Amino acid sequence: MRFGVLRFPGSCDEVDALHAARRVGDAELIWHGERDLRGADAIIVPGGFSYGDYLRAGAIARFAPAMESVIEFAREGGLVLGICNGFQVLCEARLLPGALLPNVNLRFTSRQVELEVLYSGGSFTAACALGERLSIPAKHAWGRYYAEPHTLEAMDRSGQLVLRYAPGENFNGSVHDIAGVCNERGNVFGLMPHPEHAVDELVGGSADGLKIFESMRLAVEGARA
Amino acid sequence: MRARVLIRPKQGILDPQGVAVERALPALGFSGVENVHVGRLVELDVDDPAQLQPMCEKLLANPLVEDYEIIVE
Repeated sequence: MRFGVLRFPGSCDEVDALHAARRVGDAELIWHGERDLRGADAIIVPGGFSYGDYLRAGAIARFAPAMESVIEFAREGGLVLGICNGFQVLCEARLLPGALLPNVNLRFTSRQVELEVLYSGGSFTAACALGERLSIPAKHAWGRYYAEPHTLEAMDRSGQLVLRYAPGENFNGSVHDIAGVCNERGNVFGLMPHPEHAVDELVGGSADGLKIFESMRLAVEGARA
Repeated sequence: MRARVLIRPKQGILDPQGVAVERALPALGFSGVENVHVGRLVELDVDDPAQLQPMCEKLLANPLVEDYEIIVE
């Protein structure tokens, strides 16, 4: 199982993502200007401030050469995980429905959040139990998830609303307390909180984030078996 | 050709910047102000103004959450 972790100018969480992915498999960095994903089984679009978040978070990164390959990879069914800025990039690239807007508090906010697993049948949360709580850090200024009501209804029906903030934890004002969503096919997943920062209890407050990476490993190795 | 693109949050989508400005104005003695929205202005010189709309759809605005208005001078 090999992860490819993208690195844009302005990424800052790619090394933690690499570290987290290496807990469950091999992983290497892929520079944004490269088109070759080097045979990765799964791609991680990491957090940070790609291209300075100019214009809108993720708006410019989606046109990077590496992202063109990621879009093709996702269309072929490859697993793609977008974390924080990576989630914003995947929404801008239309690989995920909806958009991320400025937090209602208009502030960059960094805190541990409690999440609830709403869907554990897919490739990104199979190692979690339905309704399980995950304690994971979040740190962002543009994390308010928005999608149109008819889109949300369709997503709800098809198990695309994967993670939500537990009661009282939705500090950014996301619609329906949504913290993480996947596409209809279930191979592209984005979330604002940072599972890669919660893989070690000593420094992450919990190791709950590992379950996301472990789920991806199960999905890739299960598909091979 | 000089052009300006005004980008605004779509109607019905919460605009916390607009709300913050709207709340701040009465505190400074400006009364009778409502429906404040904060957007962006992009100014550019462009040879072919027909390119402006696709530019907005593809990059300058996110049509899912923003409206845009093109003004060619």
